[in-house]
Amino acid sequence: MIELLEVSKRYGDAVAVDRVSLRVEPGELLVLLGGSGSGKTTTLKMVNRLIEPTSGRIRLAGKDVTAGPPHELRRRIGYVFQRLGLFPHLTVADNVGITPALLGWDAARIRARVDALLELVELDPAQVRERRPGALSGGQAQRVAVARALAAEPPVLLFDEPFGALDPITRESLQRAIARIRRQLGLTVMFVTHDVVEALVLGDRVAVMRHGRLLQVGGGQDLLRAPADPYVEQILRAPLEQARAVTALFGESSAPEETAP
Amino acid sequence: MEQLALLPGRLTAHLGLTLVALALGVAVSVPLGVLVTRVRRLEAPVLGTASVIQTIPSLALLAFMVPALAALGARSIGYVPALIGLFLYSLLPVLRNTVAGLSAIDPAVLEAADGVGMTPRERLWRVELPLALPLIVAGVRTSAVWTVGTATLSTPVGAPSLGDFIFSGLQTRNFTSVVVGCVAAAGLALLLDGLVRGLLIGVERRSRRVVGLCLGVFGLLAALAAAPVVGGALGRGTAPIVIGAKTFTEQYILSRIVAGRIAEATHRPTETLDSLGSTVAFDALRTGQIDVYVDYSGTLWATVLASNQGEAQAGPMDRAAVLREVEQKLRERYGVLVAARLGFENTYALAVRRADAERLGLRRISDLGRHAPGLKVGADYELFQRPEWRSIERAYGLKFAEQRSMDPSLMYEALKNGAVDVIGAFSTDGRIISYDLVVLEDDRGAIPPYDAVVLAGPRLVREHPEVIRALAGLEGTIDAAKMRRMNADVDEGKAVPAAVAERFLQGRY
Repeated sequence: MIELLEVSKRYGDAVAVDRVSLRVEPGELLVLLGGSGSGKTTTLKMVNRLIEPTSGRIRLAGKDVTAGPPHELRRRIGYVFQRLGLFPHLTVADNVGITPALLGWDAARIRARVDALLELVELDPAQVRERRPGALSGGQAQRVAVARALAAEPPVLLFDEPFGALDPITRESLQRAIARIRRQLGLTVMFVTHDVVEALVLGDRVAVMRHGRLLQVGGGQDLLRAPADPYVEQILRAPLEQARAVTALFGESSAPEETAP
Repeated sequence: MEQLALLPGRLTAHLGLTLVALALGVAVSVPLGVLVTRVRRLEAPVLGTASVIQTIPSLALLAFMVPALAALGARSIGYVPALIGLFLYSLLPVLRNTVAGLSAIDPAVLEAADGVGMTPRERLWRVELPLALPLIVAGVRTSAVWTVGTATLSTPVGAPSLGDFIFSGLQTRNFTSVVVGCVAAAGLALLLDGLVRGLLIGVERRSRRVVGLCLGVFGLLAALAAAPVVGGALGRGTAPIVIGAKTFTEQYILSRIVAGRIAEATHRPTETLDSLGSTVAFDALRTGQIDVYVDYSGTLWATVLASNQGEAQAGPMDRAAVLREVEQKLRERYGVLVAARLGFENTYALAVRRADAERLGLRRISDLGRHAPGLKVGADYELFQRPEWRSIERAYGLKFAEQRSMDPSLMYEALKNGAVDVIGAFSTDGRIISYDLVVLEDDRGAIPPYDAVVLAGPRLVREHPEVIRALAGLEGTIDAAKMRRMNADVDEGKAVPAAVAERFLQGRY
């Protein structure tokens, strides 16, 4: 469904993305995992042409993304990023309905679609529809951003570290929502994160990147069992090490169950 | 009161000028602001140019439009130069705020706009302009207030405005008139500011009623401002004869005497255009934008006809000879006719306080010589630059402690309260009587003669011989004493210029 062939992005002498080839199957959720400066976000943004590659090709459903004007491409691809970019001068309903409005849907259809989407992301349409983004909590705003990305029924969704700024509880609840929604709608998703747990929980497959290069792609189990690179092993082991440390901490003091009321 | 009757006309003229300048300013600077945020390398030169325009003193900017337009062969007096000046002046606040407003938008919002599939145009209209709107509107409000204020300065370039009240009021010491002009301008500024603000609030609250109300008032104002233009276009059967006046009391009185005389003898409609700058007046006559005004032989000789004469013409001169030469040159060079010599001179004259004159024994300018290094001299903006002043300095060997240029309306006050000791007064000014000043005799004949003459423009000469005949009837009707009395009556606040003129025409001076 999404194909990257030998895609590179250079800024002068600096190489941000180095000959990356990737394939996201229809209905699959592929996570791009890596630290800052790994090129994962640049790779993602080349798919909807927010960044144009220096060389290589990208195909969406078999068609080269450079075939038409960028705005038409972007209307077929949902896009959610960490800083949200909700339009502060528009209501929640107008934010969610923006792409359908650009596509020229009639008002009644947009309204119905907006309400359905708000329910899908577990918001009460009656309560939030007319609010401005400034009057939403962080988690609510992120749900609205997801609803906006889904509004024009795109077959493909791009997430750029969408939950990085949220507290752990909210983040987990949103991750569950995403997992449910993409199965429900059969979406093809590319999801960028530096959070290994998030990658393992959400991803059908995980692609690990470092210094602009793709190190390895595979299911979480496969990567752990047979890392192709020391960095892959190191990054995947990090949460296990953390979990062990936490367990040890709880083991030494009184057990958590006993302190609970 | 004559002044209040003029208020609706001046107010709508002022409003028209302001609204059109402001509309043009916004129509140009918002797109320009958008452009420079797209093409960043244009930002510095464009904003720089607008800032430089803004630093030009507004009066100078408006006055500069007159020769600039004349050089281009365009209509150089009145509405057009004022409009262009005001338009240029209105640009910067809107431009700067548009750029600031567009630049201040969160980059994440712009990325989102691209991400949801907006074209650059959709992004501009749906996201960028709405988000920049409050700042743009703040710029428009600043611009509106500035433009209303600056528009008062369009009077000296020949465009009627509320400035007429201020300029003529200052000259004729009619402070009620000054206050009327200022209050009306301030009220207008507040009204426009409030309307623009109301419009923004209406848009932000999406209240059709508020927006509709503000637009309605705007429409009403625009209709008011346009009414005289439309009316003028419809009623253009007999174009009025336009009589100009420079910026001092005597000119206001004489222009009304001339208007009254024409109306009386020919029953043609007349119109007076007040407070023209000194060189603006002659240019306006030459190019047919006014038909008649009163000027002075020495002024014409020294400034208008000077170009071919060289610089050294000022010196002891014969009154009749100067007049003859001026008449001949004006006719040959410009087709301008001296329709009447009024019979008095209004020359530059050095005047001192009576107390000083008695204490120092001053009667003639030559008596000043010894004392000059201890005295301060004041004069209008022009005198020190004019050939007459060099002639005075040379003939009498005068070197004053300090020279100060000031507005002629304040000069007499400055002498009276001791800020200066000698002034370059106008010999017919009423304040010479009111302030008990002594005019020093020009015993070495250094100051050229300044006979007051009624000038008629080429069109009037060709097309209206009956008006020329009517003007000829003014020949020799006013002597210096009579002129000084009429000036004094206005300056002391006993009567407005029109009333004095009427009394003169009834033979009561």
